[in-house]
Amino acid sequence: MPPVLNKVLTIARFTLLEAVRTRLLWIVLVILALLFLGSLFVQHISVTETARMQTGFLAATARTSAVFVLSLYLAGSMAREFNDKVVDLLLSLALPRAGYYFGKFLGYAGIAVGIAALTTLALAPLAPGVGLVLWGASLALELTLVAALALFCVITFTQIMPAISFVIAFYLLARSISAVRLLSTSQVLAPNDLTNRIVAHLVDALGWLLPGLDHFTSTAWLVDHTGSLSALALDAFQTLVYGSLLLGAGLFDLYRRNL
Amino acid sequence: MKQRRLAVVPLPVSALVVLALASQITFAIVQARPQARAEELLTPPSAASLRAMSLGDPIPFAQLSTLWLQAFDNQPGVSIPFLDLDYGKVEAWLQRILELDPRGQYPLMMASQLYAQVPDARKQRQMLELVHHEFLVDPNRRWPWMAHAAIMAKHRLNDLPLALTYAQALTAYATGPEVPHWARQMEIFLYEDMGEYETARILLGGLLSSGAVQDPHETHFLIERLKALSGAEKPSSPSKK
Repeated sequence: MPPVLNKVLTIARFTLLEAVRTRLLWIVLVILALLFLGSLFVQHISVTETARMQTGFLAATARTSAVFVLSLYLAGSMAREFNDKVVDLLLSLALPRAGYYFGKFLGYAGIAVGIAALTTLALAPLAPGVGLVLWGASLALELTLVAALALFCVITFTQIMPAISFVIAFYLLARSISAVRLLSTSQVLAPNDLTNRIVAHLVDALGWLLPGLDHFTSTAWLVDHTGSLSALALDAFQTLVYGSLLLGAGLFDLYRRNL
Repeated sequence: MKQRRLAVVPLPVSALVVLALASQITFAIVQARPQARAEELLTPPSAASLRAMSLGDPIPFAQLSTLWLQAFDNQPGVSIPFLDLDYGKVEAWLQRILELDPRGQYPLMMASQLYAQVPDARKQRQMLELVHHEFLVDPNRRWPWMAHAAIMAKHRLNDLPLALTYAQALTAYATGPEVPHWARQMEIFLYEDMGEYETARILLGGLLSSGAVQDPHETHFLIERLKALSGAEKPSSPSKK
């Protein structure tokens, strides 16, 4: 194994180890347990489709919580490394900046997959089957993208608050951009009007620059069994393309940074 | 913090950014545009659930819900918008939105001006009935939609009794100073159109003697109408469709 790759894997391993030692695993488990209790309450107060309601509630809240916990953990962990000058120390060794960055990303991607696996297990009693496997795989891809996004934001902003604010705003926009595009082209709005057309084109352009996260981790895959391998393959391709873009942008920033 | 020169960024990194950005844009463009489908319109949750989802601020939530509902107008392959929608669900959504934002007029505008325009008499009646029902909750604010419903009932549905019911509701409940006289006088002209000249004459005479009409031009016009009703047995042209 090339020495650089060896160092990259070592950084990834220590990133994973840090997550275990800072009790991230327990935090995720406690959140999932609380959400499961919440879903029992939803099931209890539902008049009809009780199982469907419980599954839908747990899937949606667990996904959002996973995104929030992962990005918050990643931003905190990276900001601490910057503050403690760990980054300076690592980069003073014979290690290219890209090696450090890829190592950190691999570690956080591993954490993302771990969180996705735990979340999928929490849903196993409610929606076992192929749909759950597809949903879990899609969640792992979505969280990997979020990890790449959060890493890029921390490298760029170096502080937790702006980084997390950006991640949350970006995530919400990427999740809702298809709905926004629909709204901007409504026939009620006089589609031939120049202003409406300009706004619609601007929204379209924004849509091209954002990942289509609304195609990821759909609750319908669990409750209506509408998931498919082709949909998952599209998610995987989107993760590859946008993940590469975020990694490239993060690396670009890291190389230009004066440490 | 001063940044280092662009030249220090390795070429593969810059190439990765450019290539990935181009791939992302291409990938987004080749994918089909998002499209609303009639069957995706869900049954709305209860008003209490929607209030909880609004996090204590129901008005912006109601406004967003309205815009979301509006997006279902451009269904693929449907030449006449709205026709394929489940009007039971549309009605439920409009009612929920009005519960969240009772002062908002948007849902009733959508009901009377958009959803009631489909070439399906049953769906038209359903929307007009929704307008009637919601008008009774706040007549002085929602009278324009009731007046529109009365006109729709007369000219689109050719249902004069229904139009008269709506016009009577306007006269009886929309009594605030902001409601124009023409809206409250619709009942009289509908009676005239139905051939009930005597009832129309009594109502018009009562309106004039009540002193509610202050404008001299309007008073003159109504007196002429009263004379016409008293002297002739035919409906006059302004109220004809």
